[in-house]
Amino acid sequence: MELDIVALSRLQFAMTALYHFLFVPLTLGLSVLIAIMETVYVMTGRRIWRQMTKFWGTLFGINFVVGVATGIVMEFQFGMNWSYYSLYVGDIFGAPLAIEGLMAFFLEATFVGLFFFGWDRLSKVGHLIATWAVAIGSNLSALWILIANGWMQNPVGSAFNPQTMRMEVTDFFEVLFNPVAQAKFVHTVSAGYVTASVFVLGVSAWYLYNKRHTDLAKRSMTVAASFGLASALSVVVLGDESGYLTTEHQKMKLAAMESMWETEPAPAAFTLIGFPDQEARETHFAVRIPWALGLIATRSLTTQIPGINELVDHAKVRIREGISAYDAVQQIRSASTPSAVPQAAHEALEKYGNDLGYALLLKRYVDDPRKATDADIDKAAWDTVPYVLPLFWSFRIMVGLGFFFIALMATFFYLSARRTLDHYPWLLRLATIAIPLPWIAAELGWFVAEFGRQPWIIEGVLPTAAAVSSLGATTVLITLLGFVAIYTVLFIIEISLMVRAIKAGPAPDDAPEAELIPSSLVAAE
Amino acid sequence: MILHELISYEALRLIWWLLLGVLLIGFAVMDGFDLGAATMLPFVAKDDVERRVVINTIGPVWEGNQVWLILGGGAIFAAWPPLYAVSFSGFYLAMFTILFALILRPVGFKYRSKLDDPRWRSAWDWALFIGGAVPSLIFGVAVGNVLQGVPFHFNNDLRIFYDGTTLFELLNPFALLCGLVSVSMLVMHGAAWLSIKSEGSVADRAHAWGKIAALLTAALFVLGGIYLWLGVDGYRITSDVDPAGPSNPLGKTVVMEAGAWFHNYAAYPLTMLAPVLGIAGALSAYVLLNARRDITAILATTLSIAGIISTVGLAMFPFILPSTVDPNSSLLVWDASSSHLTLFIMLVVTIIFIPIIIAYTAWVFRVMWGKVNEKDIREDRGHAY
Repeated sequence: MELDIVALSRLQFAMTALYHFLFVPLTLGLSVLIAIMETVYVMTGRRIWRQMTKFWGTLFGINFVVGVATGIVMEFQFGMNWSYYSLYVGDIFGAPLAIEGLMAFFLEATFVGLFFFGWDRLSKVGHLIATWAVAIGSNLSALWILIANGWMQNPVGSAFNPQTMRMEVTDFFEVLFNPVAQAKFVHTVSAGYVTASVFVLGVSAWYLYNKRHTDLAKRSMTVAASFGLASALSVVVLGDESGYLTTEHQKMKLAAMESMWETEPAPAAFTLIGFPDQEARETHFAVRIPWALGLIATRSLTTQIPGINELVDHAKVRIREGISAYDAVQQIRSASTPSAVPQAAHEALEKYGNDLGYALLLKRYVDDPRKATDADIDKAAWDTVPYVLPLFWSFRIMVGLGFFFIALMATFFYLSARRTLDHYPWLLRLATIAIPLPWIAAELGWFVAEFGRQPWIIEGVLPTAAAVSSLGATTVLITLLGFVAIYTVLFIIEISLMVRAIKAGPAPDDAPEAELIPSSLVAAE
Repeated sequence: MILHELISYEALRLIWWLLLGVLLIGFAVMDGFDLGAATMLPFVAKDDVERRVVINTIGPVWEGNQVWLILGGGAIFAAWPPLYAVSFSGFYLAMFTILFALILRPVGFKYRSKLDDPRWRSAWDWALFIGGAVPSLIFGVAVGNVLQGVPFHFNNDLRIFYDGTTLFELLNPFALLCGLVSVSMLVMHGAAWLSIKSEGSVADRAHAWGKIAALLTAALFVLGGIYLWLGVDGYRITSDVDPAGPSNPLGKTVVMEAGAWFHNYAAYPLTMLAPVLGIAGALSAYVLLNARRDITAILATTLSIAGIISTVGLAMFPFILPSTVDPNSSLLVWDASSSHLTLFIMLVVTIIFIPIIIAYTAWVFRVMWGKVNEKDIREDRGHAY
């Protein structure tokens, strides 16, 4: 991949999104875990739970600000680097982003101040409400951004308008209740819960191993293991749902994830491991389980899953139909008055409009898709195949980690129920070592979802290469390096502050409440 | 869905133009005092305790305030996609600089107090200063460039092209003057906030800075108006435009014309209230800060900000982003919006949520009401930063 403007813009987006997504899953999950801990405090009045809330809250805060700081970049990057994308789909894609601000960000950001500053100014219940508002706000923001992302994977409820040269919304409820978006939301949020659970479990295990803060550690582990077990199960089940929907809406992504070159008779075999070879269009050293893929992906014995070669043939047909749609759009736009447009053009657009995006794939090779040769169409059709090897392996590692989290959480859930959390030091070690794993799984999941959609920025509607801004490559290189520099510095500072806060442990809490707070503000206990 | 036809496309566009103004003013008023206070941080607070006083006056609320910026971005994306696409990519390096400065701000607030090392804290103080001053300046510079027009044009596919906007070209004299109006306006506003929330020497210095900034705001704003009259060409539409037509920015003709930005004021004298409010608000802020009527002073600075921003919007209407190289590509209220349906849906969502947001924001401000004093900071009482 040469470093042209498209490659640089993609690199910058991937870098900033992957970096932002280092902080988001922990925010999603830890906000809920903290709210649960504080709820226990308010219900039982036991101060150890207040101490836990404050301690995990400190770590939450260190993580949260970097998520906020990098989130601003995300919101503005669409317009900065992807201006044709913004213009082409802003009518649909902008709405969930704006609603995210109105419904989620305000809630989360307004109450997070009270969470940190409000301990002495609010009643116990008042503070608990603020904490839950932060948790609900963060989780709602995930809902809206995934409605936006779900539309990029499965663009429902919209149609192309030749007069404005863009996609416009036709049915907002379809965009809202897009099944892909709903499955993605639950999968992603559960992944965030798993991340936070593994984090709390691992840090607590480290305390327990070193026999520090054992009360706080054991209680935290109990909360993390039970919440984490439910979430790990949910992340795998909903991941499966996501995969099932991919079968329906993104056949090429599925075929690439599974490295499935040829269509097989149903039910297809599942390739457990192997080495996909893009050049030879085959998978070397494949270890295959008969029937498995057909059953998982179609939930039937008879539905066929198309392989990559067959899908490329489909793409060739769609490109040709797309050219007819493109021609119709040009006729409509060049007509002097609306009535001068030939009826045939309207009919062609009506018929082939859904394939217009496929004609835009040709823009890499010819300025005017109508002048494309058969060779161009062949090349463009093969462009619809994403790079198989990294997808195949990323997906497998992610799924493997998912099952590992279920095992880890189940083990600690069992130990916690038996009150034997500190009986097996090697397990405590394992829990601590496992801390980075959910981040790896989450980043790989993002990669499979987004890289697997290539060459499309909007599946079947707009190619990524057509979506960039007309900027100089040097300009984007400068900002890419700038972001890498500031993000690296922030990452180092964040990790060292996190480690410092963990080593320092929870603040001692032996002062009676009445001394800390003016009596007029003390809630009845 | 027929429901959205209840409000005509033309009316929705007009409403969203007003809402664009509301959002910009909301951002400048809410996040403005954070930016202003951060800009003054090295000047109104001399030692660590004083600096922590300043930081803790905005500590509990800046995060919520910053969402006005995020919402502004999101709402422009949703309601004015061509504006979002052209302006953010056209001002690419300026936007990057703003983002860079804004990244420093959240971490600066949060991380400064985590270590007791004076060099660490001083480094974050400067980061916070940059995070306040740089965005304040560049937002003003951007407005200055919008008034002059931006060198972009569309091709027939509505792909956007720029004809040389380097960061350096953005920093022309008129734009820099607008940048200074913006900085002094937000410093004035931030000073009024600090006067309310702090006491002793911090409050004294904030008063002094606020008074200077108030006079500067009024003077620079008037100067900007004169410069606009004498030295900056406005734009005028020369063809018919259907206010309810499809959002195709290539369907009209436009010319550059000296004095065109004053036509609306001549045609509708009532609009003169906006600049009058801008000037009168700033001058009243001077008088009120002088009299130590701090709460009334922040009302005056708020009105001044609303007046100054409205002045720009009213001068340009119905333009929202003119083009210098191809005036016909300029973006208008009538040809750069989302579809009828999207504008309607977004209006419904906005009408539901803005009152809720205002209600809980007001509650949070009430909970955090009261001065931040040095004694509390020294005893580490209830202050996270």
